[in-house]
Amino acid sequence: MVFWDPRTEEMPKVDLQRMQYKLLKSLVYRLYSFSPFYHDRMKEQKVHPDDIRELSDVRKLPFMFKRDLRDNYPDRIFTASQDELVRYHVSSGTTGKPTVVGYTQNDLNAWTTSLARGLTSIGLGRGDVIQVSYGYGLFTGGLGMHYGAERIGATVLPTSVGNTERQIELMQDLGATAIACTPSYLLHIGEVAEKMGVNIKTDTKLRAGILGAEPWTEGMRNRIQDWLGIKAYDIYGTSELSGPMFTECSEQRGFHIWSDIALVEIIDPKTEEPLEAGEKGELTITILQKEALPMIRYRIGDISSIDEGVCPCGRTHPRVQRIQGRVDDMLIIRGINVFPSQIEYTLMAIPEVGQHFQIVVERKGALDDMLVRVELTKGSFSDKINDLMQVRQKVEHRLRNSLNVNVDVELVEPGSLPRFEGKSKKVIDKRSL
Amino acid sequence: MDTKKFVIKQISIFSENRPGRLAAIAHALGEENVNILAFSIAEANGFGVVRALVDHPEKAHDKLLSMGFNIAFTDVIAVKMKDQPGGLYEVAKILGDSGINIEYSYAYSGKEGAVLILRVDQVEDAIKKIKNSGATLLERSVFH
Repeated sequence: MVFWDPRTEEMPKVDLQRMQYKLLKSLVYRLYSFSPFYHDRMKEQKVHPDDIRELSDVRKLPFMFKRDLRDNYPDRIFTASQDELVRYHVSSGTTGKPTVVGYTQNDLNAWTTSLARGLTSIGLGRGDVIQVSYGYGLFTGGLGMHYGAERIGATVLPTSVGNTERQIELMQDLGATAIACTPSYLLHIGEVAEKMGVNIKTDTKLRAGILGAEPWTEGMRNRIQDWLGIKAYDIYGTSELSGPMFTECSEQRGFHIWSDIALVEIIDPKTEEPLEAGEKGELTITILQKEALPMIRYRIGDISSIDEGVCPCGRTHPRVQRIQGRVDDMLIIRGINVFPSQIEYTLMAIPEVGQHFQIVVERKGALDDMLVRVELTKGSFSDKINDLMQVRQKVEHRLRNSLNVNVDVELVEPGSLPRFEGKSKKVIDKRSL
Repeated sequence: MDTKKFVIKQISIFSENRPGRLAAIAHALGEENVNILAFSIAEANGFGVVRALVDHPEKAHDKLLSMGFNIAFTDVIAVKMKDQPGGLYEVAKILGDSGINIEYSYAYSGKEGAVLILRVDQVEDAIKKIKNSGATLLERSVFH
């Protein structure tokens, strides 16, 4: 097992937490003293830096949201002056006004270090050729991966996105051993390669994919690994945190969040109370070392859970499980948080029903009632009512186990549920009508 | 005994329990010139199974399949009953005495008397027992 920085990566948890506390304390003092924005926020929340006496006091601090960056466009909350900045990245603004992130040299170093540790943890290093097929430019993916890959001594093939046939030729000719791109782009590369008569499994040296920047599933991981003969690793980040930052290790069981770089909390998005390790909730991240644009308790809006246990790889830093949905999609059924993505995931494992579904939520008396409509697949219909009842019970049972809430299931005819291109509207919530 | 000629192909269609579904099925069969000789609907909370004996099962199957329906073929048998009090008892007793279980059943009363359609757990056994007891089984050729 090779580590980039074994002393930090294997540091006992108590020491990590002591380090986090010190970093948090000095960050809070600095922001309270020098930044009008953070100063006012803390005042509103009636919290003073002196109130931060232990690590868990992070909960006393105010949250930050994407809108804080938008409202202060382009750089009004930066805590470094322009002459200290060495780079800008700008988000695409698909969900509103774009946001600008500025970086000092130290900010870039922390980002690059984070990736160097991650890439090393999946077994990459000197001698590898890493094809960076994330977009280069205002988007953080391309340049972020580029510097991370260079740092570990790998050879970078900066193909960016597009011109897929050329990408495949270069992958072969220059012997790329890893590719960093979105999972959907890798699937596209696989399809184009097949059309060109190139078998990624046998005709290239590719053995790893570092995939992220969009939601994907374990099902997709299995498909990519089986089809292309590579290991597929999840990578996580957003421009507000710097960019793609945290990767899975060779264990492929969630991405490590380096404790000296970031403090991660999982909170209940409605009550804003912290949740226990293992519970599902909203990912909230404080970047402990950031000079130009510090983020405190940043509510990204992604849903996941955290594993605080020491990883079998030996790293002591917590792992965050694959992102399971967005807070915006969350439903509260009888006080329990339910995510449509969990339902989709559960249904994928039941051959008798298709992947399409519709959720109907109603209030019956004082109780919420959730109905999930699923399509009976062709070939799983046998004429016997009993068999059908059993299929329904099986689906109900599996959903109840994974969601922890009672679910009624309705079997519907194949093809009868609405299909959507892009973002689907799978939830009909009659409680709000 | 050739029991095969008494085995009738019933078509079963999975249907949601909402207005217009039976009409959709019946309209499609009508368009294909498929005649329905007997049918029943079994209902369970939220969905149903439409079961029918038709003169052209394959044609019905292909048409409904192309419309996206879930279809299955099931083997059933048809027994002639006396259209008078005690008629059903005579047939049911034969099966009961032989230990053959009826999974479901439906009947019609036509020009040539009453007919009981049966889905049983042991089709061949049922055919033999019914024949031996002197009751009349309708051959498949009567239907299709």
